[in-house]
Amino acid sequence: MTLVKIDKKNWAKGLTAAADAYRLFGPVRSKDHHRFNELEKGEMPDLNMVNTRLSPKALLFPQSETMLEYSLDESRDDHHIMKAVPKDDSPRAVIGIRPCDAKSTLLVKLNFDTPDVKDPYWLSAYEATTFIGMACDTPLSTCFCTTAGCGPYHEEGLDMLVMDQDDAYLAKILTEKGKTFADAAGWKATSDDTAAFDAGKTEAEGRIVSAIKTDNLADTDLLELHGAHFWDDVAFACLNCGTCTFSCPTCWCFDIQDEVHGKSGVRQKNWDSCMFPIFTVHTTGHNPRDTKTQRVRQRFMHKLKYFVDKYEAGIMCVGCGRCVRQCPVNIDIRRVCEQMNSFKPADACTAQG
Amino acid sequence: MENPYLPYPVRIDDITVEAEDKSLKTFKFVFLNEGDETKYAYQAGQFGELSIPGKGEIPIGIASSPVEKGFVKFTVNRAGVVSTHLHNMKVGDIMGLRGPLGNWYPWEQLVGKNILIVGGGFAFTTLRSSIVYMLDPANRPKFGNIDVVYGARSPGMLLYKDELVEWEKRDDINMHITVDATDDPDWKYNVGFVPPITEQKAPQGGDDTYAIVCGPPIMIKFTQPVLEKLGYAHDHIIMSLENRMKCGFGMCGRCGIGKELVCKDGPVFTLDQINKTPREY
Amino acid sequence: MFGYTEKMRDIAGRLLKECDVEMVIGFRKGTLPMMNEPCFVTTPEDVQSLIWDSNCGINLANYLTNRKEKIAVFAKGCDSRNIVTHIIENKIKRDQVHIIGVPCTGMIDKRKITGMVAGEIMAVVETETTIKVKTVHSETLLNKTDVLQQNCMLCGHRNPVVHDELVADPVDEQTDVDRYADIRKIETMGSEEKWLFFEDLLSPCIRCYACRNACPLCYCPTCFVDEAKPQWLGKGQDPTDVRTFHFLRAYHCAGRCTDCGACERACPVGINMRLLTRKLEKDCQDQFGWEAGLSPDQRPALDVYKANDPEAFIK
Repeated sequence: MTLVKIDKKNWAKGLTAAADAYRLFGPVRSKDHHRFNELEKGEMPDLNMVNTRLSPKALLFPQSETMLEYSLDESRDDHHIMKAVPKDDSPRAVIGIRPCDAKSTLLVKLNFDTPDVKDPYWLSAYEATTFIGMACDTPLSTCFCTTAGCGPYHEEGLDMLVMDQDDAYLAKILTEKGKTFADAAGWKATSDDTAAFDAGKTEAEGRIVSAIKTDNLADTDLLELHGAHFWDDVAFACLNCGTCTFSCPTCWCFDIQDEVHGKSGVRQKNWDSCMFPIFTVHTTGHNPRDTKTQRVRQRFMHKLKYFVDKYEAGIMCVGCGRCVRQCPVNIDIRRVCEQMNSFKPADACTAQG
Repeated sequence: MENPYLPYPVRIDDITVEAEDKSLKTFKFVFLNEGDETKYAYQAGQFGELSIPGKGEIPIGIASSPVEKGFVKFTVNRAGVVSTHLHNMKVGDIMGLRGPLGNWYPWEQLVGKNILIVGGGFAFTTLRSSIVYMLDPANRPKFGNIDVVYGARSPGMLLYKDELVEWEKRDDINMHITVDATDDPDWKYNVGFVPPITEQKAPQGGDDTYAIVCGPPIMIKFTQPVLEKLGYAHDHIIMSLENRMKCGFGMCGRCGIGKELVCKDGPVFTLDQINKTPREY
Repeated sequence: MFGYTEKMRDIAGRLLKECDVEMVIGFRKGTLPMMNEPCFVTTPEDVQSLIWDSNCGINLANYLTNRKEKIAVFAKGCDSRNIVTHIIENKIKRDQVHIIGVPCTGMIDKRKITGMVAGEIMAVVETETTIKVKTVHSETLLNKTDVLQQNCMLCGHRNPVVHDELVADPVDEQTDVDRYADIRKIETMGSEEKWLFFEDLLSPCIRCYACRNACPLCYCPTCFVDEAKPQWLGKGQDPTDVRTFHFLRAYHCAGRCTDCGACERACPVGINMRLLTRKLEKDCQDQFGWEAGLSPDQRPALDVYKANDPEAFIK
């Protein structure tokens, strides 16, 4: 691990230099919010943001991604034969990603990068990307990262963590990828001020005012929790819209759809959501998760129980708080987590389907 | 990196109408590219994604058997957008095939055991694959008694009729074919629903006997207590589940039943395993 | 409207105690400033969770659709008009719902207020006429009338049009409101300008369908966007598909929309899709003199034939 000090006057110069070797992505302001965009030549990421409205998951997992293409023109030799579309897997760097969003990529990786099957679209993008994180000194009151396996200075998933030091940035190089980027940016001035990092971390963690408890989730019986009495109450307000799942950095579910224009077609991967009834409906019309309560339960059980049991890698949530802030009817995962974590099987209602 | 979304190109080599109401057809596919058939090495119980450019994909159990070479077969019920389109396709048409996907009936574990197969309606496809596999001369000695209870609404709705007749003639497999009802005076097999016929004909359960059950939900619902009565333990009752699927390899998220994914951790589960899930299928 | 809460708890408690209804649908306090959560209570002991303030903008008629119980529901003017529409469209029976009317002075616009102060809002305290917004570093006092949701500023039916009892005396209705100034402005645009305007309006859409799902009118068992046989539109982010969704949904609400504002309020990306629904509302007003949801005895404008229909094709 190396620390480098970057004079803020050299920040833009460094990024511009790195842009010769990398496509750069970063948060930019758009009207009343921030979003991750590919940065145009000379454009700088806006590091004065708290966090983006939507998570940066689309950088690896676009909302609509064309995977395959084909021709339906029978005069062509290759008609009806599907081919993978070429992808730009040249090196790219995401500048200014928050530690919570960086950690989320590792949770999503558990889904897309498995021992026997790999999603080449997600994984190639992931492997091509260098994650330059910006430590989070001004978290929101809805951020609960420190109790969600993460934190404002958390390093998992990052190649470099940058902290703001008034006139300079202090950057911790965490991986080989991070070092390569620092070299491309010409950031060479090493520093030994690890104390600054530690102090910044402690101070930022102290600013996280929201917390969840997850200590009982793993030990609670899955079926008892599934049959808990509170799900109807939790789900009542839910609109079954896709806001929570679409804004979530760790939600990975998707749909596969064909789109045809004239004689040429593509097969796309689109974000999907367990909130939508058609997510699970069978061709016969039978729907195993036919009710709102079943769908809401699926979301929370997946994040806070199924994932916990399956991967033993904590909860499928990094505490970014987006779903809390954006839910139109204020369904709050912190409150639901509290109910799940404090659930005692004796409360279970076997009548619930 | 292998691209699991990319189907193998295949050509429809033959189409057999299986059911009297024409709702079921068996499609025989041959691979366009040399080597793809080898890559498509599968086991009885697995499924594939039939992939029609411009329409989409459907997960269908593989009806052909690993011991049959040169082609793969799928029997498809006409129901949704893709299957309806497929039913209108003709021999020679090009499409895609992904897989093989999912797990399979636990053949290693079943060696030396008696096998009861219970099937209903068009869910007989992977069971057909299994029977052909077990009856292969190289494999038959590996298994004990084989009993098959197979039912359909009417004689005309039974799949693979020629093979059923052949199996009836053999003495190394006990066939118990049944139909819900028939007005055919020459019908020489059973009449009645699958559960009661199973109760009458199936062998007793025990440590050395496993039941493989595949059929519509209503059949499964009423067969389960029959098997319990016959002494089949829940870990000796093997079932194949269906759920809405897209990717078929455990990534798209929709077929989850608790922490298990039907497409990847299944579709084959023992009843014992299923009892530990929220049964959202 | 400030101070309704106690009265509401009394009413809900009475209705549940006397077994007049099986559940009461209202709001409970949210976990964030300017947010409340729709909820139901089924026992007199639970009514203490009910609250009312200027953050109850979600339309509770949406929670009545196809329910089987006998229900009491708190209804603002707009909610009551949607309950009327529900009754007309057989989504609930009149005798199944006990309407507790809530004379309303408008709901505040969270997005607008957030944009008026710097930093995260930690608390919002309201009086009858003011909204005090506290951030970590500052405190800002706003006039409630300046920070209402736009649909509330333009509202002509603040008092419930149908009710079984009222929480309070009716409030004064707003008069001389020009409901359609912004719509007229769009109407005068050239086609090029309109195209760009709508392109910009709908470009942030992520197709989460919060607008549709927050809307009491959008109860189709399978929405046309989800229909697979035939598939009307693509499911990706193609702008044509996104626009088709919004335009068709608006048309589907023509003559039915009460401009409750739930769609815009629910939208996580701040799209004012009410520009579309209000254009159709204006047309219904101009063409047929029709306002939705005022009486259970009148069929909606697009649901009836009249010999004096201004369109020539119908003759």
